[in-house]
Amino acid sequence: MSEAKFEPRIVAFFCNWCTYLAADLAGISRMKYPPNARVIRVMCSGRIDPQFIVKAFANGADGVLIGGCHPGDCHYQEGNYKCLRRFTLLKRVIQEMGIEDERLRLEWISAAEGDRLRTVMFDMVEKVRALGPLNWKPAEEKAPVAEEVTA
Amino acid sequence: MRESNGAVRVGVYVCHCGSNIGAIVDCKAVAEYAAGLLHVAVARDYKYMCSDPGQELIQKDIEEHKLNRIVVASCSPHLHENTFRVATAKAGLNPYYLTMVNIREHDSWVHTDRAAATEKAKDLVRGAVRRVVLQRPLEKGRVPIDPKVLVVGGGIAGIHAALTLANAGKKVYLVEREPTIGGHMAMFDKTFPTLDCAACILTPKMSTVKNHPNITLWTYSEVESVSGYVGNYDVKVRRRTRYINEDLCSGCQECIAACVFKEPKFPDEFNQRLGKRKPIYLPFPQAVPQTPVIDPETCIEFKTGKCKKTCLEACADRHAIDFKLTDTVEEIRVGTIIVCTGFQAYDARRSPQFGYGIYPNVYTSLEIERLVNAAGPTAGEVVLRDGKTVPRSIGIIHCVGSRDENANRWCSRVCCMYSLKLAHLLKEHTDAEIFNFYIDMRTPGKSFEEFYQRLLNEGVHFIRGKVAEVTDWAADPSEEGKLVLRVEDTLLGVVRRIPVDMVVLSVGLEPHADAQDVRRMFNMTCSNEGFFLERHPKLAPVNTFTDGVFLAGCCQGPKDIPDTVAQAGAAAAEAMALIDAGYVEQEPNVAYVIEEDCSGCKTCIPMCPYSAITFREQDKKAEVNAVLCKGCGTCVAACPSGSIQQRLFEDDELFEELEGVLIHA
Amino acid sequence: MKPKVAFYWCASCGGCEESSVDLGEALLDVAEAIDIVLWPVALDFKKHHIEAMADGEIVAAFINGAVRSSEQEEWVHLLRKKSQVVIAFGSCAQLGGIPGLANFFNRAGVLEAAYRESPSTVNPNGVFPQTVHKDNGFTLTLPVLHDTVRTLDQVIDVDYYIPGCPPTPQLLADAVQALLSGKLPPKGAVLAPDHALCKDCPRRDTKPEKPMISEFKRPHEVVIDQTQCLLNQGLLCLGPATRSGCGALCIEGNMPCTGCFGPTSRVRDYGAKALSAIASMADSNDDAEIAAILSKIPDPAGTFYRYSLPASALQRKKL
Repeated sequence: MSEAKFEPRIVAFFCNWCTYLAADLAGISRMKYPPNARVIRVMCSGRIDPQFIVKAFANGADGVLIGGCHPGDCHYQEGNYKCLRRFTLLKRVIQEMGIEDERLRLEWISAAEGDRLRTVMFDMVEKVRALGPLNWKPAEEKAPVAEEVTA
Repeated sequence: MRESNGAVRVGVYVCHCGSNIGAIVDCKAVAEYAAGLLHVAVARDYKYMCSDPGQELIQKDIEEHKLNRIVVASCSPHLHENTFRVATAKAGLNPYYLTMVNIREHDSWVHTDRAAATEKAKDLVRGAVRRVVLQRPLEKGRVPIDPKVLVVGGGIAGIHAALTLANAGKKVYLVEREPTIGGHMAMFDKTFPTLDCAACILTPKMSTVKNHPNITLWTYSEVESVSGYVGNYDVKVRRRTRYINEDLCSGCQECIAACVFKEPKFPDEFNQRLGKRKPIYLPFPQAVPQTPVIDPETCIEFKTGKCKKTCLEACADRHAIDFKLTDTVEEIRVGTIIVCTGFQAYDARRSPQFGYGIYPNVYTSLEIERLVNAAGPTAGEVVLRDGKTVPRSIGIIHCVGSRDENANRWCSRVCCMYSLKLAHLLKEHTDAEIFNFYIDMRTPGKSFEEFYQRLLNEGVHFIRGKVAEVTDWAADPSEEGKLVLRVEDTLLGVVRRIPVDMVVLSVGLEPHADAQDVRRMFNMTCSNEGFFLERHPKLAPVNTFTDGVFLAGCCQGPKDIPDTVAQAGAAAAEAMALIDAGYVEQEPNVAYVIEEDCSGCKTCIPMCPYSAITFREQDKKAEVNAVLCKGCGTCVAACPSGSIQQRLFEDDELFEELEGVLIHA
Repeated sequence: MKPKVAFYWCASCGGCEESSVDLGEALLDVAEAIDIVLWPVALDFKKHHIEAMADGEIVAAFINGAVRSSEQEEWVHLLRKKSQVVIAFGSCAQLGGIPGLANFFNRAGVLEAAYRESPSTVNPNGVFPQTVHKDNGFTLTLPVLHDTVRTLDQVIDVDYYIPGCPPTPQLLADAVQALLSGKLPPKGAVLAPDHALCKDCPRRDTKPEKPMISEFKRPHEVVIDQTQCLLNQGLLCLGPATRSGCGALCIEGNMPCTGCFGPTSRVRDYGAKALSAIASMADSNDDAEIAAILSKIPDPAGTFYRYSLPASALQRKKL
């Protein structure tokens, strides 16, 4: 894949009641945005296990987008706050792991905000595109042949 | 981790949705691709999967190809998941062996690049196939429905919904914030386009509500909290005290006459503050209930404690008045809720160019409704604020606060018609020269256009143009003492100055200032403007995203009385459908504890907003009450040892889907 | 003939060996029942002794330590070939362990720290280890240090895991017993209970019904109550996320669990899961307040992946 044609792969975890519906609304309204995201539907952003996010990066995602209901608006009252707590701490771990900040994003997008969904999609794709591929290397490392190791 | 299950046979169905999907996504290529995936036995593309032949195709394949998992790639699951579940079930397969892939709303409708959209569809299908392999058969739970209904808001929507339900034999609680039911409609003089008297058609319904054996009416009351779930909502209603015991009051109103204030002194809210009332008052003569209210803000007894309390004497041995009464909180259990909390009129002060609050003779449309009303503050005499001058010329400005980037962007839908109505009524009452200033004339309703024609024939002037400002600055002597409307007449192509005696602002409709609080209380969603969001704009216009909570009237969006009544009837019918079914089926996507693995660490317990998880002391493990669980899965993500799972959203299923969408094709 | 058993160590501290010795007199019984063919810490066997053996001749190889050098990689491949059963023994072999924290760096960074930057290093000439050194016509070689520390099963096929830093002597004794009796669980099993530590915690009854934390504290900052649930005292105890089987030794020592026994079988990424549980307990719904509460957890990656960075989904830091 040449750098010029790099198309970021984005995994999006969307709450069934807000951001997933915002994406539906964007569709109904025929808004156009880049086709880079693959949406995984969960019932609530509170269902999103940080394991999913690290796994997504490890498996080749260049970016991960989480979409939940606005604070105070959770369909399940407070699931989005649980999501926020985990995200806050996970974000620090992700940084420590050397993954750029803009590759992991949490957005509150209500069912009515198709337009905002589109804006976020554009913005995220552009920012991740600018960062380039994450190319997370899976485990196998071949032992290097005996070589000089000097500082 | 994944069991290799040789017996799994997946059928994949890619829908063209006419050209909705097919024009952008190469459905044939997606189906061919899917056919090569592990466990896929059949993969087809078809014009309309949701059509009968489309569904039959799946059913036939289930039988012939012994399919036991189905993936349908078509529109949003919010639209057709149920359709395909039912179709799957009809073929004898558990409906939860189905997964939908959204390649319309999330793909073909939002992308333009055919190749990229097709790749996306393939990725999503691959994720779904991997996920569906792990899906398990599930059964819906059943929850009994409490047959009682809560109707929130006592305007025409709430009144009609309550009466419809009550007439069908359902018990209804009708809760209204104001001291009387009737809402905005009770303030209107006539209704368009038939010009029948609003009070004449509304007040009989209001008293029917009061006397209906199936309706419990609580006015001057507000819902304080709602908990529970469809079929079983626990609601607390705060009944503000009127300081008059509703059960003891006979409605004789002698207390009002006896008040130490001989004359009404305080602005009368019902009459848009154009008239006056006493501290003890009835909002309007036909108010329901006919129980006065004491306003502690203006009552001398509350302010000083030194009133002669002539009202008490007047009430004599009824003892209905009691200054020591306090608010009470009623706790009720209902199965369904209809929210009809209405609208608020746009505050014309927010558009200062029109001079409201600056020039006394600028009025809002609601003020005019009261002014032309025979029961209004002037007994139907249209006079200026000085109380005596009859206006000789009147300008009516449409779209105040509506279709305006600086105010509200939406069309309030009723203003053109009510402006026509007011023009007619003002003409009738004053014979003044009347100018209507409009942007576009919107008369899409039965007999609406005809009414417009009638007004044209009555000699009312119509000027197409947005009024720039209302001013009292006179450019020449003929404008002295007048209000001048500066406007570009876009039909003549000239800027005009039109001097009038009275200006009427046709204010738009907007959500109540506290709509967000109401929305949260009932777990609803708002659209961008702040009106409550219906579940589907076409197919579920009175449903919300919360089961058992329905909408009617202007809280959902601006509409006129017939539409409001129709919607209220529809909401009542939806509630009745649930009540008469006797139970509601509960989605099986609930959380469950893998008991042998649970360490009893309690991390999950505070996660649950519904208190569905409890700690069982005898074996020190967590336990999920499936009836209380709403299936958010927050506890699942929190469980540090992976010992709680969510049906249909199991860790394994989601990891498979994740890996599936990420494998490069 | 007694079954042949090998013990080997890779990147580890030797604690696992200590644990074996801690079997005490029971060690003698074990030694009686088996024929130890390799145990570098105690016995003088050489690589060629193993190479000379037939494939599968060793019944079981207990390998502790992570794999981070060419020599270790050679050895574990050799042992895999010669052994019927390979058991990853201890946190480092199973999850990467403490040496796995080197995955926050690479080889150059590790060498730089060890041979130049560390305050105790005296290396005026800047001498760094060479993999090949020629002197006087002789060639000396040293193993190559890898960029990335790997778990044993990232290098060879592993049959069983015994968790712990170190595993308790009891777990080793049980494993040997299972081997001798042939009563082994399905391949891939972790030979320890599959529930979290809380279940076996002596303080479990002091945990509140709704564990929430408004202030995290570090052990040196407080006088720790010896009877109360440590999470309830604001201490970051990973017992809820960590597999049991250790006998709650740290808790008995009045210290919070740091997670050496790793995850239960239902969790794929220990650190992410433990983080999820702990973050969920932050008792606020306000952005800034949440961040403030969680800011009291220093180095979350190092904290939650203390023993399992190489085994985690991300495996290492991207440099």
